[in-house]
Amino acid sequence: MVSSSRSEINHTSTPGQQLRRRALRHWGLMIGSALLGLIVLIALFAPFIAPHDPYAQDLTLRYLRVAFMGGTWEHPLGTDHLGRDYLSRLLYGARISLTIGLVAALISGTIGTILGVTAGYFGGRVDTVVMFIITVRLSMPVVLVALAVVALFGGSLTVVVLVLGFLLWDQFAVVMRTSTQQIRSQDYVTSARALGCSTTRIIMTEIMPNVFNNMIVVITLEMAHAIILEAALSFLGLGVQPPLPSWGLMIAEGKDMLFFEPFLITIPGLALFILIFAINMLGDGVRDVTAPENRN
Amino acid sequence: MLRFLLTRLGLAALVALTVSLISFSLLFLAGDPAVALAGEAATEEDIQAIRAQYGFDRPLPVQYVAWLTGALTGDFGNSYYFNTPVIDLITERLPTTMRLGLAGICFALLLAVPLGVIAAIRPNSLIDRFALFISVVGQAMPTFWFSLILIVIFAVALGWVPVSGSDTWRHFILPTVVLGYFATPGIMRLTRAGMLEVLRADYIRTARAKGLHPLKILFKHALRNAAIPVVGLAAVQLGFMLGGSIVVETIFALNGAGLLAFESINRNDFPVVQALILIFSLIYVMLTLLADLLNAWLDPRIRVA
Repeated sequence: MVSSSRSEINHTSTPGQQLRRRALRHWGLMIGSALLGLIVLIALFAPFIAPHDPYAQDLTLRYLRVAFMGGTWEHPLGTDHLGRDYLSRLLYGARISLTIGLVAALISGTIGTILGVTAGYFGGRVDTVVMFIITVRLSMPVVLVALAVVALFGGSLTVVVLVLGFLLWDQFAVVMRTSTQQIRSQDYVTSARALGCSTTRIIMTEIMPNVFNNMIVVITLEMAHAIILEAALSFLGLGVQPPLPSWGLMIAEGKDMLFFEPFLITIPGLALFILIFAINMLGDGVRDVTAPENRN
Repeated sequence: MLRFLLTRLGLAALVALTVSLISFSLLFLAGDPAVALAGEAATEEDIQAIRAQYGFDRPLPVQYVAWLTGALTGDFGNSYYFNTPVIDLITERLPTTMRLGLAGICFALLLAVPLGVIAAIRPNSLIDRFALFISVVGQAMPTFWFSLILIVIFAVALGWVPVSGSDTWRHFILPTVVLGYFATPGIMRLTRAGMLEVLRADYIRTARAKGLHPLKILFKHALRNAAIPVVGLAAVQLGFMLGGSIVVETIFALNGAGLLAFESINRNDFPVVQALILIFSLIYVMLTLLADLLNAWLDPRIRVA
């Protein structure tokens, strides 16, 4: 009866296999991760793919058109107001957006998760205090505070990342708090407590693995949020400073030629759009796949 | 209800107090404001004079209490740049922002609620997919880029609306669309999810079995219950919009408080920035308070909890 038992194994799949199958069938997740993967590769290998130095100016070649709109293939996406190759700047720009998104999400994720898990696990007064901190943070106008702080400290990649990281932890705190509350009263947490496990151990080995999926979803959300905010700050001149090829900054620089060379804002805008779209698709996909009962 | 009201009011006051402390300390976060005000060529005496003139020589808690008591009576001091009272600058510009915010939230509700309802009645239909498309695009579209694209299309190419300014109602069209569209995805998702849940409820089946008109069931029984969380979200979104209108106002040169904030930040005019942060926060706190009370009124279950 070896053959029948083998077919039985084939039919009953492990939760991990089911998860993988759901993931592979989820179009949004696949498209999102493929696009994001591509952008990550572009960012990593920018020096090898970029046809030119993104900082090299050539004032004799200003405002070249896109290749298929009357430009040359020497500069496939044309050049900007300083004659810099637009494609190269675009490719290097992916590095800035991804760095901002990742680092800001890591900082805010750490702050928010600590606050949220503590509030959710201990409840009572701790919960009240954390909820109060979250409310205060939510009531502050993010863009205004970020602009003011960047203006005070001077715009640089580090300042922008730190400001965004310290401002965008609210969603982490809210979601982690609710998730922890749901898991806190599960039997396995109670038995861990009955076994005499320390609080740290319970949180690290019982709670954290079970809120991890929700955390991934919030990480994608906040990455997208941070990337959009960086672009907006740079666009307003109070973010990353020139000559860095931030996509927001590229849009700001192209704005003056809005009426004559609209491609200067269309191209970096599209790049931003695709990146945010990919991250959102990935996040929605992870949510659907890990918690199929919560769809809609 | 009274107990609920008092707790919520107390919480709102405490939040406002904390925000006031934060927006006050923002000025001292980056170092000595007197040095920044005096400029680069200033001597030590100049800096001392400025310290005395603006009261920076007093201990920080004293300055905070003075600022706060002033703020409570609407006195935020004088603008460094114009040397006129901050409150005058703000009251002059705030109505424009309010108008923009209200128009934006109306636009968002008019677009999002019908779409969300139809999407929930006919899941996976063409309209549901269109609604999903709108919300996916809305979430991935940076506001400032969307604004510029709209300017290129509707103001430059078609010439239907003015490019920038704030003189007539036509100047408000594009900013309203941008700001409202930004709030649409959240409201639509919530409406759709709420309607899907409510339409499955027993009382809807009962209403159908009684032979009530489908539209009456939809509006009187279903939407009314599904709308409760939407009311809260709309209030919160309005708060975000007012605070976030800074980008839109700057692009469209709409002469509101957001543009004032942007200009003041660039002029190092900290009293105005501090006051605006506090005022925007207060508006948000009041809006959420209002939403909570409205929810409690619509849904008696909340009052008890």
